[in-house]
Amino acid sequence: MHDLVSALGGKTFEGFAKIREIGPLGMISLRCDLRQKPLAAALKKLGLSVPAARRIVQKGGRSVGWMSPDELLVILPYADVGSTLETLRNALAVIHFLAEDVSDARAVFRIEGEKAEQILSKLCPVDLAGLEPGELRRTRAAQVAVAFWVEDGGYTLVSFRSVASYVMGLLTHSATKGSEI
Amino acid sequence: MLTLQCPYCGVQADETELAPGHEAHLKRFSVGSSDEEFEGYMFARKNPKGVHFERWRHAYGCGKWFLAARDTNTLEVFGTYSAQSTEPPADLVAKIKQKRPDWEGYK
Amino acid sequence: MSTRLAKGGRLIDRSTRAEFMFNGKRLSGHQGDTLASALLANDQMLVGRSFKYHRPRGIMAAGPEEPNALVNLGHGDRVEPNQRSTTTELFPGLVAQSQNHWPSLEFDVGVVNSYVSRFLPAGFYYKTFMQPRAAWKHLFEPVIRQSAGLGPAPKSPDPDRYEYVYGFCDVLIIGGGIAGLQAALTAGQAGKRVMLIEQTPHWGGRAVVDGDVVEDEPAEDWVKSAIDALATMKNVTLRTRCMGAGVYDHGYVLANERVADHSPGDGRPKQRLWRIRAGHIITATGAIERPLSFAGNDIPGVMLAGALRDYLVNYGVSLGDRTVIVTNNDDAYLTAIALAEAGLAVPAILDARTEVTGDLPERARALDIRIEAGRAVARVKGGKRVTGVEVCLQAGEGAVLEEIVCDAVAMSGGWSPVVHLWSHCGGKLTWSDHISAFIPDTTRPPITHDGSPMVTVVGAAAGIYRTDDIITSSGVVENTSPVPPVWVMPQGAPVALRSKMWLDYQNDVKVSDVQLAAREGYESVEHTKRYTTLGMATDQGKLSNINGLGVLSDALGEDIPRVGTTTFRPPYTPVTIGALTGEARGELFQPLRRTPMHDWHEANGVYWEPVGHWRRPYCYPRNGETHAQAVHREVLNTREKLGLLDASTLGKIIVKGPDAGRFLDMMYTNMMSTLPVGKCRYGLMCDEQGFLSDDGVVARIDEETWLCHTTSGGADRIHGWMEDWLQCEWWDWKVYTANVTEQYAQVAVVGPNARKLLEKLGGMDVSKEALPFMQWADGTLGGFAVRVYRISFSGELSYEIAIRASHGAAFWEMLHKQGAEFGAMAYGTECLHIMRAEKGFIMIGDETDGTVTPLDLGLSWAISKKKTDFLGKRGMERSHLADPDRWKLVGLETLDGSVIPDGAYAVVDGVNANGQRNVEGRVTSTYYSPTLKRGIAMGLIKHGPDRMGEVVTFNKVDGGTIAAKIVDAVFFDKAGEKGNA
Repeated sequence: MHDLVSALGGKTFEGFAKIREIGPLGMISLRCDLRQKPLAAALKKLGLSVPAARRIVQKGGRSVGWMSPDELLVILPYADVGSTLETLRNALAVIHFLAEDVSDARAVFRIEGEKAEQILSKLCPVDLAGLEPGELRRTRAAQVAVAFWVEDGGYTLVSFRSVASYVMGLLTHSATKGSEI
Repeated sequence: MLTLQCPYCGVQADETELAPGHEAHLKRFSVGSSDEEFEGYMFARKNPKGVHFERWRHAYGCGKWFLAARDTNTLEVFGTYSAQSTEPPADLVAKIKQKRPDWEGYK
Repeated sequence: MSTRLAKGGRLIDRSTRAEFMFNGKRLSGHQGDTLASALLANDQMLVGRSFKYHRPRGIMAAGPEEPNALVNLGHGDRVEPNQRSTTTELFPGLVAQSQNHWPSLEFDVGVVNSYVSRFLPAGFYYKTFMQPRAAWKHLFEPVIRQSAGLGPAPKSPDPDRYEYVYGFCDVLIIGGGIAGLQAALTAGQAGKRVMLIEQTPHWGGRAVVDGDVVEDEPAEDWVKSAIDALATMKNVTLRTRCMGAGVYDHGYVLANERVADHSPGDGRPKQRLWRIRAGHIITATGAIERPLSFAGNDIPGVMLAGALRDYLVNYGVSLGDRTVIVTNNDDAYLTAIALAEAGLAVPAILDARTEVTGDLPERARALDIRIEAGRAVARVKGGKRVTGVEVCLQAGEGAVLEEIVCDAVAMSGGWSPVVHLWSHCGGKLTWSDHISAFIPDTTRPPITHDGSPMVTVVGAAAGIYRTDDIITSSGVVENTSPVPPVWVMPQGAPVALRSKMWLDYQNDVKVSDVQLAAREGYESVEHTKRYTTLGMATDQGKLSNINGLGVLSDALGEDIPRVGTTTFRPPYTPVTIGALTGEARGELFQPLRRTPMHDWHEANGVYWEPVGHWRRPYCYPRNGETHAQAVHREVLNTREKLGLLDASTLGKIIVKGPDAGRFLDMMYTNMMSTLPVGKCRYGLMCDEQGFLSDDGVVARIDEETWLCHTTSGGADRIHGWMEDWLQCEWWDWKVYTANVTEQYAQVAVVGPNARKLLEKLGGMDVSKEALPFMQWADGTLGGFAVRVYRISFSGELSYEIAIRASHGAAFWEMLHKQGAEFGAMAYGTECLHIMRAEKGFIMIGDETDGTVTPLDLGLSWAISKKKTDFLGKRGMERSHLADPDRWKLVGLETLDGSVIPDGAYAVVDGVNANGQRNVEGRVTSTYYSPTLKRGIAMGLIKHGPDRMGEVVTFNKVDGGTIAAKIVDAVFFDKAGEKGNA
């Protein structure tokens, strides 16, 4: 097996909050009618359940987030993607679905520290005070699409891989010491 | 800068999270249609000052297209609804009629 | 002379000392000063020259309405023109330069304009510089440009940092005076999420200066306890130095926070632009005092009465020892009282009103201040500073009754509510005869998304000036002491006086200019504004608009409400471009999309080409090669040996479902449902008009799954296009799509040695038999899991290999290492373009421009005749698109082997109805072919395919023509043997 290289090779920045590029992280884009029973059964096998609208369900190092009315994002260790895809494809074969590995198409960042919220409030047109626990928010950060949620006292933020460097730049700029709001 | 609520994910979206898609409820005319029908489908737009039905996409959110009823003059939003609609929902039409008694109605 | 008094100054800290430079002079002030108060404390009454006549000007105001005291602020990298010294906080080391003077502020050559001012009336430029036309370029324009403009723009990049922040609240209150604080207390106590912003560094507004009593407490104490109370509320956010710049749709407000303007280089962002979404907006923006229009009302030493009071109370600065007050209202009496109480002389209050009663005048009388009713200033005496005033009757024509020696004049023409923010998003105004000002018409507010009123105006901004009325929010405008209209002083002033009465100080517009405009037929206020430039300067007429309107309506014999106002537009005060730009500068100007191999390209001397937001290698120059030389080397190497292309940017969209085939048959002009699993097919996409919009190779993955390649710039657009049709038209079709463009790095391995390299890597059978042209296979190469497509955009033996992005860079490097023995060499997009042109392959964006159909490009073979419908089919049936005279694609070979210029038109004799040269076609792609060693091109030519062998003529940009023969567009390997190898 060749080494996997995340978009930025684990770059970090220490400002008034800490920014870390993490990954590679396994991600599966899963599209189907979310009310279908085989979906619930398939997720149950992974220890997960079907999330409500705009929610992310996290359990034992795996999560599944609601992306749209007919799309979920399964997040799991990178090494498990192949077998999980197999599991899902077999379990969902009876219904109309799509399951694709998108692990490499993404960059994942952690924003940590007491004032982590301020970083996002500079970049996203989102009322973060209204963000509920377990809510996955899709929006934009400056000029690119992102999704984020609260996790372990910080935020986990996902962007497209090609713009990882831009996103890191945004986060760095916003977290620069002296820029506390 | 408008805000519109996405009827699919419930987010009160900022205009910068949305992509506009022009007039809603256009009927597609294709092979076999007359020149007039095709011209109407391609080019004739209502562009009213007042009540209007539009397509918007929650581009930076759930990615879904939805429809919105809006006053193009005052920017009041009467409601948003599923893109899988061939015409505006009756309760929305009634609500608009109540707010805009002079409105000639949908169609 | 202006000076610092021994006592007073509630905002300054006399124990501190702040040295600063003004026009090269070292001066000193205190912490808490503004630049303006510090200048006055140093007797610097002359602070600038006026824009048109270069008249000496002094400080007029104490806030953002200041028209005169604009400076060039800073030095070195940090230079900002047009900064208002009245809102610039003093800090040690501040450097400021006055503007619009040459060679110096004290002695200015441009002042000559002043002596010829009667030859520079309103509309002077429009009238004068009409003829002759040639004079514009060589005489008028250079001279006007030289004398136009205030401060110079900075020359070096801004060293400071800026940022946005998105704010959300139930109630946003703009303005931190008594009214704003009271509104914040009310909303905060009700549990609302409140944001209160104030443009200055201080809370309390005018009440603290005027010594008002609020709820039986001195205003100063009341404000302090209000702020203390608000600070304890978790639901309340307080920001000073934060200016409400604009109110927009649905409760959206821009506010600019001057974070570190007063502490440059301290590591904080210089400014922060708040983008606030508020449930409701309360504007408590106060009011601005109006000047009076008397002759010489611009001479340094003439100041707004309220401003003079500000300098006295806030900064302990007096403008002069003897101050004449001239007014049409009670408020200016506060200034007289404050001066008298500070021990300064007030020789007279000249009140334009014939009857003067009320509490404040009584207080002034009690201090033995002389009050003259029905009086006016005929003329202010003095040049660079006031030396006295001539007194006349307001009702008369200016006959001088007496002269009063003084060194300062405090004027008040009444107060205009700051209705800007109310008006930005459609709030209407109504004229109040009671205070001679526009006030918000509460029956016609701006509305928000649900149709409810979006803005409420409180306090002086609504014409409610009494603090009791503000606290109880029960006041009406009529409770405010009345202000009669006084637009010209004296009322019957002759032209000699009117031409020295300034309305707009910054743009040098006088009463006589507005009257001239009215006489010349400019009846609309919007036209008068543009003709005279009234209110068009950086202060946007904060002082001048109402006075100008008063003069105009008098001249027109119309009521002010009928003449109406000009439109209030954001921002309230200027916002620097840096703040509006936020983080989007330099590296963050726009998102650059990078492929997994980006760093390798960078390390190997790449020359980049932007493709949408992607950066793609254009070529890789080596050892001093020009770009053209590098491209030629890359072409020849790929044709003769082995080229490697980073094709990761190609769009890759998965389309899956029981109806996927049917769906793709609608999306593409060709039939995709019949494509066998394991095979590839080139496909075209059109819009509904029938114009070509994208192309790419489609691969059938399994029974229900297709993978659609799009152009590099087209992935998101085409994915969105597919989703649009699936969501909004055929929503009952069972199809899902996924844009997996970035999941895979893609490498084109191209050239006669391509197979040799892949065979060396091993892992899968890539032979002609196992993997023929237009098929694909999954497998491994060199231990990497890959999907290999046997497709070619160059005419060479070619494999496009998709690999997970996390392996992209390693795989790419392995190809180079292992391919060295086969002559492997990276090539860029220009090489790709040339090779495809040599093969006559079209490129979206070159051969197409949104008006070209597949038939125009000779691609009828890719348009299914069997399908009853597809997107664009009906559009193509339109008569114009089916016209046999449409220009069609052909190859073009220059007779002399040279290269036709890009975009050249094929010309024929004669001209069209517009007098333009007749044309019969144009070039769409043109290159020097290193393979054929000559210029080749493709172009759209009228009846082109029927004219093979004919010679057509193209014009060149620099004149002259170039002749080219119409040929088949496939220039190289017509039989296609190389690609099929």
